[in-house]
Amino acid sequence: MNYWPLLGVLVVILGFALRLNPMLVVVAAGLASGIAAGLPPGDLLSLLGESFLSSRTLLLFVLTLPTIGLLERAGLREHAQAWVAGLRGLTLARLLVAYLALRQCLCMLGLVDLGGHAQTVRPLLAPMAEAAAQRGQPQLAAAQREEVKALAAATENVARFFGEDVFIAFGAVLLIQAFLARNGIVLEPLAIALWALPTAVAAFLIHATRLVLFQRRLRRDARPHAGAGADAAS
Amino acid sequence: MLRLEHIYWLAALLLGSAVVIDLRARRWAHAAFWLLLALMFAGGDAVLAAARTGQRLPQQAVGAGVVVLALLAAFGLRRDGPAARAGDRGDARPGHRLFLPALLIPVLTAGLVLAAPHLRWGDTPLLPREQVTLGALALACALSTVAALRVTRARAAAALRENHRLLDTIGWAAVLPMLLAALGNVFAATGVGEAVAQLVAAVIPVDNRIACLAAYALGMALFTAIMGNAFAAFPVLTGGIALPLLVGRHGADAAALGSLGMLAGYCGTLLTPMAANFNLVPAALLELSHPNAVIRAQVPTALALFAVNFVLMYLLVFR
Repeated sequence: MNYWPLLGVLVVILGFALRLNPMLVVVAAGLASGIAAGLPPGDLLSLLGESFLSSRTLLLFVLTLPTIGLLERAGLREHAQAWVAGLRGLTLARLLVAYLALRQCLCMLGLVDLGGHAQTVRPLLAPMAEAAAQRGQPQLAAAQREEVKALAAATENVARFFGEDVFIAFGAVLLIQAFLARNGIVLEPLAIALWALPTAVAAFLIHATRLVLFQRRLRRDARPHAGAGADAAS
Repeated sequence: MLRLEHIYWLAALLLGSAVVIDLRARRWAHAAFWLLLALMFAGGDAVLAAARTGQRLPQQAVGAGVVVLALLAAFGLRRDGPAARAGDRGDARPGHRLFLPALLIPVLTAGLVLAAPHLRWGDTPLLPREQVTLGALALACALSTVAALRVTRARAAAALRENHRLLDTIGWAAVLPMLLAALGNVFAATGVGEAVAQLVAAVIPVDNRIACLAAYALGMALFTAIMGNAFAAFPVLTGGIALPLLVGRHGADAAALGSLGMLAGYCGTLLTPMAANFNLVPAALLELSHPNAVIRAQVPTALALFAVNFVLMYLLVFR
């Protein structure tokens, strides 16, 4: 067994720990692993080129950018914010928990492409979350504003990951089924998908609890802040 | 009718329009970055086809181009003002109608996917058979761009300007997911996975079923964090630990073990910058000041969920 290719893993860990540019780290790791495995440079470049070209689908989200950009220029984010600001009962926690539940259910039905960071989080969910948080406390600190936006993106990820795995035609379920079948264990996709259900429920409960706690913390922080008065205005 | 290459060509056109805008602004490094990428999207299928007939030179050139992309990203691209500013806004306030084109993308995509079996031109299906969702997404994006132009009463050139503004905001983070997928392939081809599985199997007490289960669950999360992708970790650790030790030796239920093992990996995805498309791209899209802000927001959920998932594993796998 040749353990030298593990050098690539070491490069990844060190590179991220030292906060080097991730693009550079990844290419360096690939080259390190390839050279350590004794691949000739020609083969290594060819492998890198082929793998890069075969994963082009990962950049196709750029097709959504013209639409999103045009709508943003016309004031989509401001409009979404104004709309949420007018809905009195819609708190930050309620908005994000509702998105979590809806998105998770849609992913379980296989409708993963109904949302995403470029399509829904940037133009709609993040500005709405900001507006909802702002109604609770008009003077939201810049750091808190960032936390709210990051939490909106995190909610999208949790909902997607722990929803799509329950859908039988999803890649992960088919991958598990194909791998087990190749090793002599033949199962129906449904028999695998159903086991993801308890964790999906747990994911919803844990993340929803965190959203409620986050809102409570925001409100608690708001009180001493309001007392400081002059400090908040700066 | 619509083939996957056509969708790549459309992406190449969008990337190419960014090249023109950057050239006009004399941002040479940015122009070179998007130009390389546009060429790879436009000519990618020809390169792959040439490699299948034994012509490896174009593919090696792409490999060298990938290295150049990384160097440009690290030393050439900087975040400077002019291109990143939003364009001026008209006075018209289209109100709720603005939501329409935004919702059109997901709704049309889902609708087209569902209708795909019936959409045909004579005998040929309208959408690429193996990639129905991507075909549907491309069509939906094209139609929604037209809708957005109508609703906002902007000129067509504005669509390309806005596309450039957003591309510039995301920057190299847009390309990182592709590069990570390539790294996963290189790791697989050089036997990194087998080496990890061998090391893990060598250090755990194989007679203790909880130790084996913990090694599998932790291994899935950790290896997923390193590779940025649970799909890459699954065959390695399931083949190296789960099947021989847990199923073979301790009689674990394979269906539940596979499903919950994959979910343990997903907890790792929430924690790693290597899962760039889920963790770093959104941080760039939302213009957060720290690239790891989304990961930080996910850490408590990921750790708690990993613990719950592990207990569920123990209860469900050894029924």
